[in-house]
Amino acid sequence: MSKKRVLIVDDSSVMRKIVERTLRQAGLELGEVLEANNGAEGLAILQEKTVDLILSDINMPTMDGLEFVRQLQPLENAKGVPVVMITTEGSEARVVEAISCGARAYIRKPFTADQIKERVAPLLGD
Amino acid sequence: MNSSAMARHSRNTILPQGDCAPMLETATREVFEIMLGAQVNSPSESEPPPVADLTAMVGLAGRICGVLSLRCEATSACRMAAKMLGVEAVETAEFGDDARDAIGEICNMVAGNFKAKLAGLVEGCVLSVPTVITGADYQLHMLADGTRTEISFGFEGSPVWITLDLHN
Repeated sequence: MSKKRVLIVDDSSVMRKIVERTLRQAGLELGEVLEANNGAEGLAILQEKTVDLILSDINMPTMDGLEFVRQLQPLENAKGVPVVMITTEGSEARVVEAISCGARAYIRKPFTADQIKERVAPLLGD
Repeated sequence: MNSSAMARHSRNTILPQGDCAPMLETATREVFEIMLGAQVNSPSESEPPPVADLTAMVGLAGRICGVLSLRCEATSACRMAAKMLGVEAVETAEFGDDARDAIGEICNMVAGNFKAKLAGLVEGCVLSVPTVITGADYQLHMLADGTRTEISFGFEGSPVWITLDLHN
């Protein structure tokens, strides 16, 4: 299994660290982990770097997760990169909206390592 | 205890709403168990009310409108942040960004988990991003009539309060 470069987008630095730790607990081999405080910062990172996986919160100031997913679709560095939404919002309408914007999976907080593994591992081909 | 050093909440227009309490308690327990790996327990009756150094608040809007808040001492917030980050807690009343961030996220997850447990609410209610107040000398006044549900529990020996204020 090759090490994956991951982008985690969340306005909470504590939550970004939890997501990273949970990905490791789930057995995913992580390489560089990039962090963004909101969707706009995430887009800026993707202008410069490629990643293997993007995990994004939805409710964020400046640019929320849904707008972030919409705007990353045309980016060359984001083509084919799976996006997983991680959020407290569990509404089916929000899930449908996120998927229609281009997200591949949806995880509701609070989450376990098993839930992360179940949703994320298949997207990485592991 | 100096009353001015306590977070005081106006109750004169708040009616008790017991129905929400068990669900609020379950939502809170789940967040602490899953995200912090910590059990919570009920504080003893004789425990004095806390001096809440930090208050996290998340707004609810839609089929129900109101505010869910979490109040705790600074040491508790630091312990919560340490648990969430998987690091050793430093016993101090000083707090930094991680403590503020942690209780904001916990409050956010309790609110999200609570609304997910109420039939029909998951689709009909949105949450605000969390706000965190530092300092204890303030009063919170709800400007609309409503109901209040409040639970308290012990987290590593210190009290934590979760309050749900709903507008009628």
